[in-house]
Amino acid sequence: MITQLVFASAVEIAERRSGRRGASVYAGRPWALIQRNLFALRTSNALVFFSGFVEPVFYLLAFGFGLGNVIGSVHEAGGPRVSYAAFIAPALLATSAMNGALADSTWNVFFKMHYAKFYNAVMSTSLGALDTALGEIGWAVIRGLAYAIGFLAVVSPLGLVHSWWALLAIPAAGIVAFGFAAAGMAITSYLTSHQQLNWVNFLLLPMFLFSGAFFPLDRYPWFAQQVIHALPLWQAIAMLRSLMFGELDIALLGHVAYFAVFIVVGVTFTTRRLNALFLR
Amino acid sequence: MIRASGLTKRYGEFTAVAGIDFAVARGESFGLLGPNGAGKSTTMRMISATTLRSGGDLRILDRDPDTHGPEVRAHLGVVPQEGNLDTELTCAENLYVYGRYFGLSRRFLRPKVDELLAFAQLEDKRDVKVDALSGGMKRRLTIARGLVNEPEILLLDEPTTGLDPQARHILWDRLFRLKEQGVTLVVTTHYMDEAEQLCDRLIVMDRGRIMAEGSPQTLISEYSSREVLELRYGTGRNAEVAAQLEGIGQRMEALPDRLLLYVDDGEAALEAVVGRGFHPIASLVRRSSLEDVFLRLTGRSLVDE
Amino acid sequence: MSGASALSVAEYRLRNMWKWKRAIIFYGLGGPFLYLASIGLGVGSLVNANGGGLDGVPYLTFLAPALLASAAIQGGQDEVTFPVLAGFVWQKLFFGMAATSLTPAQIANGVLLASVVRIIFTALAYWVVLWGFGAVTLASAVVLIPCAIFAGIAFATFMLWIAAKVRNDDGFFALVGRFVITPMFLFSGTFYPLQSLPLTVQWIGWLSPLWHATEMGRALSYGAGAQAPLFWLHALFLALMGGAGLLLAHRQFTRRLTA
Repeated sequence: MITQLVFASAVEIAERRSGRRGASVYAGRPWALIQRNLFALRTSNALVFFSGFVEPVFYLLAFGFGLGNVIGSVHEAGGPRVSYAAFIAPALLATSAMNGALADSTWNVFFKMHYAKFYNAVMSTSLGALDTALGEIGWAVIRGLAYAIGFLAVVSPLGLVHSWWALLAIPAAGIVAFGFAAAGMAITSYLTSHQQLNWVNFLLLPMFLFSGAFFPLDRYPWFAQQVIHALPLWQAIAMLRSLMFGELDIALLGHVAYFAVFIVVGVTFTTRRLNALFLR
Repeated sequence: MIRASGLTKRYGEFTAVAGIDFAVARGESFGLLGPNGAGKSTTMRMISATTLRSGGDLRILDRDPDTHGPEVRAHLGVVPQEGNLDTELTCAENLYVYGRYFGLSRRFLRPKVDELLAFAQLEDKRDVKVDALSGGMKRRLTIARGLVNEPEILLLDEPTTGLDPQARHILWDRLFRLKEQGVTLVVTTHYMDEAEQLCDRLIVMDRGRIMAEGSPQTLISEYSSREVLELRYGTGRNAEVAAQLEGIGQRMEALPDRLLLYVDDGEAALEAVVGRGFHPIASLVRRSSLEDVFLRLTGRSLVDE
Repeated sequence: MSGASALSVAEYRLRNMWKWKRAIIFYGLGGPFLYLASIGLGVGSLVNANGGGLDGVPYLTFLAPALLASAAIQGGQDEVTFPVLAGFVWQKLFFGMAATSLTPAQIANGVLLASVVRIIFTALAYWVVLWGFGAVTLASAVVLIPCAIFAGIAFATFMLWIAAKVRNDDGFFALVGRFVITPMFLFSGTFYPLQSLPLTVQWIGWLSPLWHATEMGRALSYGAGAQAPLFWLHALFLALMGGAGLLLAHRQFTRRLTA
């Protein structure tokens, strides 16, 4: 084929990075995958995608307002006394971000990997494993962030947001989504059957129910509390509560560091696994 | 363009490719012929820089695919055996997005996508999801996708397996055009007629080794006779008759369902067989093919379909 | 004769279910169990702290009839939606069955029958869990279990009809979960009296078999709002839902398998 000289050819583009550190895993184009996922979104069932945050909204309405009438106000050690709805709202915001991030990074990644042979095609181009990992995880983050924003948009008029710090809840939800997406894709990439994925998915339910979303943890024994504090959803809930209540403290940095570790470990393992699966 | 020496691939105890040597020149159409499990696809994956070799040396355009994967892959077009088109996208989007994976610009890709859709004869399927395409159309789209980065080498793994005869001929026609344009083709196949149609030169592989190398014609003349006489006496009698036909032709293969006599003149040989009093249920005189070459080299039939 | 044929479909379904027994026990009972342990105990302690329970009883007692019916409903729902999608869309098994002497209505009945087995199993097993938590009295089994089974069957026939209408499963399960199952679970007076919701959302409960079964169960197990006419209205609703669902499902199966 005759190359048109006005445009950089695929080879020239690949050679620009030649010899640089990490050139074999990263071509600098995770955006290519995000664009692909945008295209795919147009032909998928849009209602499924865009209604992804309604479940947390339903939980908020049902528990916050239905049960809130019975419970009255809640107070967690170290936190302010707030209405029950205000108490669970940040938790459900965290759940929104988590659900959005996991929808793409678990089920969709598994389908692409084992049925669509999608990564075989991607990895036979000049893209590397890190491009693929970041592109796919990035897309999952976009979805998680979209759900978080959708949730906040629906919930704010209900009078549950008390502080301008709550604006920071949006980037914080992005960090949460990033952490869950990276961990989700890393774990999924090691699974070989969808039954395994079902089990992993099932573990999310106890995490959702016992991470202090619906009641303060102080009624649990000390040891159980420590276990729950190690769970990512509790970290997310604690971070978003402090922002939405406007009560900032040093613990915030701890939560951010926690998710930074999740992100780095998740992206690293995903990249290694993709390399091992498709470039060996 | 491609140089392999002592190229080896082991998976644990199993050796898929056992130290093979070959070279492919620019503009050549090169075939890897062999039955399933011969090591063709593994060799292809090493060339396409998606599998690391376990030993020997391999150079694609003077680059080592193990250490310069992205650059090597930028030079190549890959048409894999299993369909891995993006089923969530349309035909045009498949080509466009694949080009974006190589980092190609939008302005380059817009006309390129149209050109490739025309090449694949899929202009009217432009905005159709790939699920709705026939097998032949999908294969043509996969080839078009492999061309989006204007590769110098196109790797085709079993390009017509599973296609009906008409779809195969359309596909071969497209591949001839690429050859005329100077694209180097590397084709694996277990179809003799395909190898004879497409390849200037080929290697015959079996159990990870190269059994023979050359153009289809030289391989046929070297390892087979000009003509082949096929005789059928019914499953029960073939072996019994075979013993009685000694001396006719240069060589004989007794298969369960038929006898193959390798001869220079098929009609004359048939007369000689009948002259000994063995009237076959059916007989056929045909030109020698690569199938016969493979049978000669390995003692096994190539296509066990 | 028609019974025997539907039974052969049911047998095939039950054999299939048996292959998934571990998943059925784990997911089918695990979910309700976790809700009981989390909401029942955790949120229950908040509720009980604020005026001693709901509806005049401890929170767990209040919750038990609803969680039991909900488990039965979800178990039964699983056994009609997935098989019907497999039958009409994924593997097209029903078209093969229809080529034998089976009638479309028999196929529908068979699938439903198998789901009833799952509903009964779920109700019994989960009742034991509730009893272990001290949420129900031994005597209540006689009333709570039948109520839950009744609701499970009513909803299963309705979903049998809906699933038989699906031609393309793209997003079907996500949307049913999101817009039918979850709202039904949350807005049927499950976790608090339906009356404490504003009228704008109360109607969800009126349409929900879960609410009707829960009200019946609460009335019978601890005498909540025990008024005979209201009780029979709840029963009538469930009977109508089941009857109409079965009728519509038969029509839909026939339409799809004979057209």
